[in-house]
Amino acid sequence: MGLVSRPETTMVSYEPQSQEGWVTTRLDFLVNWGRANSLWPMPFGTACCAIEFMATAASRFDLARFGMERLSFSPRQADVLICAGRVPFKLAPIIRRIWQQMPQPKWSISMGACASSGGMFDNYAVVQGIDTIIPVDVYVPGCPPRPEGLLYGIRMLQQKVMAERSADKHIRREMIPDPSSQLYIPPPVIDELSEPFGNSVHQTRSAP
Amino acid sequence: MTEQFEIVRTGSRVEESAPPITPRNVPRRGAPANPSAIALAERFPGGVLNSEVVWGETTVLVDAASVLDMMKWLHEDPSQRYEYLSDVTAVEHRDYEAPIEVVWHIRSLSFRRFLRIKVALEKGAPLEVPSVWSIWKGADWLERECYDMFGIRFNGHPDLRRILMWEQYKEGFPLRKDFPLRGRFSRSEQLSQALSQNPEAKYSMEELTIADAFEDLPSDMRQRLRDGAKTGE
Repeated sequence: MGLVSRPETTMVSYEPQSQEGWVTTRLDFLVNWGRANSLWPMPFGTACCAIEFMATAASRFDLARFGMERLSFSPRQADVLICAGRVPFKLAPIIRRIWQQMPQPKWSISMGACASSGGMFDNYAVVQGIDTIIPVDVYVPGCPPRPEGLLYGIRMLQQKVMAERSADKHIRREMIPDPSSQLYIPPPVIDELSEPFGNSVHQTRSAP
Repeated sequence: MTEQFEIVRTGSRVEESAPPITPRNVPRRGAPANPSAIALAERFPGGVLNSEVVWGETTVLVDAASVLDMMKWLHEDPSQRYEYLSDVTAVEHRDYEAPIEVVWHIRSLSFRRFLRIKVALEKGAPLEVPSVWSIWKGADWLERECYDMFGIRFNGHPDLRRILMWEQYKEGFPLRKDFPLRGRFSRSEQLSQALSQNPEAKYSMEELTIADAFEDLPSDMRQRLRDGAKTGE
């Protein structure tokens, strides 16, 4: 007698009395929920940011609360590349190789100022941001970021994962930028645009 | 070479060595010189060009032609015993006319002495000094680094190639004063050159000394070594 409330279809219910042996939900939601809560990070730590990353993974801040307790030191079994620290040019082919070795679905977090933009190292040896080599999903600012900052970035990545849709044809398509596209910026223009920044404004490119 | 050494156990001291004290109230100049510097000037009368004591540390400017003999003598003479090579580096001064100096930091563990030896290399002439690898094997990577950053050639080094930058690095020697801080090439050019390196091809024949085990290597590595590919390190 009376109205029976419809079961909640967008949520997975944990309560024992509401379990009837099955749930209905969107496949996207279920897959994304599983992925977002079991991200396995591949730590690529090169500098002081890696120390903060270790602190994040240790017991006080406890990365395991977010399903990341299993640090994958093999890129073959990793989901998230966390680049913590500056990347010199000599490491550029190595981080690209690691990214290529990671299976889809994969994401990447650029942790700290140096990984995101080169930071204070505006010199001959350091890559000016790892997004010139690999795609980056979340940038975490800071020098180095506190563990809370990294956790906030991880939560943002989880939100991003939860918002993915499998019907999206453009997601996770690995592509080389098309030079005929309107969005393509040729490398010399990028150099020109990035010229006024950094701490060596009066530096000339060529030797005297 | 090492027959005349007697083994110095940890904690033992040589008779004439100074007791381990922390020097206090060291004057900026005029502190007593390292006795090795005086002995060096007596032993090689023409070789020692200048000697000065700053903050209690003795610096000896020597002639490039005789530096190897001096190092050998300092290492092997029982009254000197400089067993430990701390550092090999170079200094280029902001004054463009001033010569580039190659600096060796050597330490005598037995006598608790520290000596800094310098050689001045004039600009314009080829930057060449003898390698001390035959005396201290630890000089290997130090000299490679010095070559990589300053372009100074160490004659007699067994494997003088770049160590910090990759081997095909084309922009020059980064710590020279005429090197721009951001490098000579544009960022995109630098990145494309760096990305063209093969991260796995990092071994050279000399490094591995695998002539005996060559046939046991994987075929691709054998092929790579056989081709003599100059591989980025």
